[in-house]
Amino acid sequence: MPLTTYVEAIRQGIWEEMEKDERVFVLGEDVGIYGGAFKVTAGMLERFGEWRIIDTPISESGIVGAAIGAALMGMRPIAEMQFADFISCAFDQITNFAAKCRYRWGAGVPIVVRGPSGGGVHGGPFHSQNPEMYYVHTPGLKVVCPATAYDAKGLIKAAIRDPDPVIYFEHKFLYRRIKEELPADDFIVPIGKAAIRRTGSDMTVVTYGAMVHAALEAAKELEREGIDLEILDLRSLLPFDKQAVLDSVRKTNKVILLHEDTRIGGFAGELAAIISEEAFEYLDGPIRRITAPDTPVPYSPPLEEFFLPKASDVIRVARELYAY
Amino acid sequence: MKVNSTNSQTLARDAVPPITLPREKTLLDMLYYMKLTRELEFRIERKLYRQGKIVGGVYVGRGQEAIAVGSCIDLRQDDVVCPSHRDMGAFLIRGMPLRTILAQYMARKTGATRGKEGNMHMGDLSKNLVAFVSMLGDNVPVAAGVGLSMKMRGQDRVVLCFFGDGATSRGDWHEGINIASVWKVPVVFICNNNQYAYSTPLERQMAVENVADRAEAYGLPGEIVDGNDILAVWESATRAIERARSGQGPTLIECKTFRMTGHSAHDDAGYVPAELFEYWEERDPIHRFEQFLTDRGLISTSGIDELQTRINHEIDDAIQLAEKDPFPEPEECLKDVYCEEAGNSGSDG
Repeated sequence: MPLTTYVEAIRQGIWEEMEKDERVFVLGEDVGIYGGAFKVTAGMLERFGEWRIIDTPISESGIVGAAIGAALMGMRPIAEMQFADFISCAFDQITNFAAKCRYRWGAGVPIVVRGPSGGGVHGGPFHSQNPEMYYVHTPGLKVVCPATAYDAKGLIKAAIRDPDPVIYFEHKFLYRRIKEELPADDFIVPIGKAAIRRTGSDMTVVTYGAMVHAALEAAKELEREGIDLEILDLRSLLPFDKQAVLDSVRKTNKVILLHEDTRIGGFAGELAAIISEEAFEYLDGPIRRITAPDTPVPYSPPLEEFFLPKASDVIRVARELYAY
Repeated sequence: MKVNSTNSQTLARDAVPPITLPREKTLLDMLYYMKLTRELEFRIERKLYRQGKIVGGVYVGRGQEAIAVGSCIDLRQDDVVCPSHRDMGAFLIRGMPLRTILAQYMARKTGATRGKEGNMHMGDLSKNLVAFVSMLGDNVPVAAGVGLSMKMRGQDRVVLCFFGDGATSRGDWHEGINIASVWKVPVVFICNNNQYAYSTPLERQMAVENVADRAEAYGLPGEIVDGNDILAVWESATRAIERARSGQGPTLIECKTFRMTGHSAHDDAGYVPAELFEYWEERDPIHRFEQFLTDRGLISTSGIDELQTRINHEIDDAIQLAEKDPFPEPEECLKDVYCEEAGNSGSDG
């Protein structure tokens, strides 16, 4: 079997759902003739035509608003944000219109809003952001952040089939850097279920997105020192797999919360609160956070390198926590 | 007298009948729905709200009844309407029951949103009514998407999308009008230009003379009609609906009208010059239309009185029922955030 990259996995997932269900269509900037800024929709225009792969003007709010309208009529739109940073332009449509329709008047809005997030590619302040928490704080939305090619495909398919609005943050650093063999058969990854990436006994690292790979790299190094990490990949942030977090923390008794997003109001804070509330007696050390600092994402390589959490941060904090 | 500071066009006091007229039954339905709208909103604003039976905000469209009624009256059931907050007639014509509307205002479980929302924030996909949000203009790109779905499926349905002059200053309005025009989707955009966005008059909202002037920039036809003349609204809407249905794309219709109240029930509109109210009172859309119908012998004065009595009874009955309806259980707060059948597993719904 050939290996499939993360970006190709997303493309395959969308392609297969479009073949299977004619209600599914894509709209966004440069998704058609150009195949998307990162080629997620490459070749789709030729296969599905200009009314299922729709090139739009630069109008993120218009794109998402139109997706909502089509979804209310029974379609299954996938709205591409060329960069996840630009989702801010559609914030109102997502948080006020899409997220609240079902609660208000019982109308489901089965849209997917997806786009490339994250740093590590020198994109600077407007092509590197991790905007997930704005949406995690909005009841009515679902938010997913796949870290592997398998999950990228399984979660995009689950998102397309989901009856509620799903915000799908793919990580652009992973697009062509990771690949794996994928099953030939149709599969989904259920939204709201975490995955244990490495079983360990000394402490748990709860993380998601590109940081899963930083944690795995650190675990390899720490293994030589006799520190055994368990790595839990959340995969979905809203809803998130609380049980998996609590189970792992109750087993290892120490926890590091790791994300690429900035610190204040990041998902780690929420996890820390839940662990304190529901697993306090199991803790043998302080809950530790590793996050980006509270700054915009800087451009220059030394600045960006400083900004992004990395394996060496996990190694350092894990050693401290191990010694606690 | 300064009547409409950005529009030199003055409006006739008597309706000028269009070349074609609606059928007689339609004419009488128009009167019924305008009067029903007026009376329902009168009860809501001047009675139930003041009696403390409506706990939230109230926004009415007194003086603007011709716009929703004249444009929606001939729609097909499978057409879609995206009303805004001064378009009660649209809800009534689409078949939203009076009791459901009143229960909505009185926060009952039987309201259109089961107590989750108040006032005009009602929708029902079985009636092809899309609920608007308070971020005015957001329903414009949404209506474009509704139209997109119709176009993709080759359906000959149309969408009517309503908003006020205020909403046309929002970016979403411009994005939505633009994509609708680029895609040539079957949407009729209808502006209730009532000349005030809350307390802000038109000249502080826009530097062009008319909302319809903006249409040219987006490559769609823009029409200006006397929004207090239901036949003018009907004629323009009929033409635009036909254009949309036959695949010729969207139209923007600007209905010049006036808000005969404050922005909401708690606003006394002290900032509106009294002579403006006087001017527009003389152009009341219901009185004008009654005159038109009686002049042509289509209804008698006593017939109008009987209609009013019938409407009063219908509303009395609905109020009685809605007042006895239960409030939602407190725990219902937690329900319907997500599709409950699907759980959180990403299954097909």
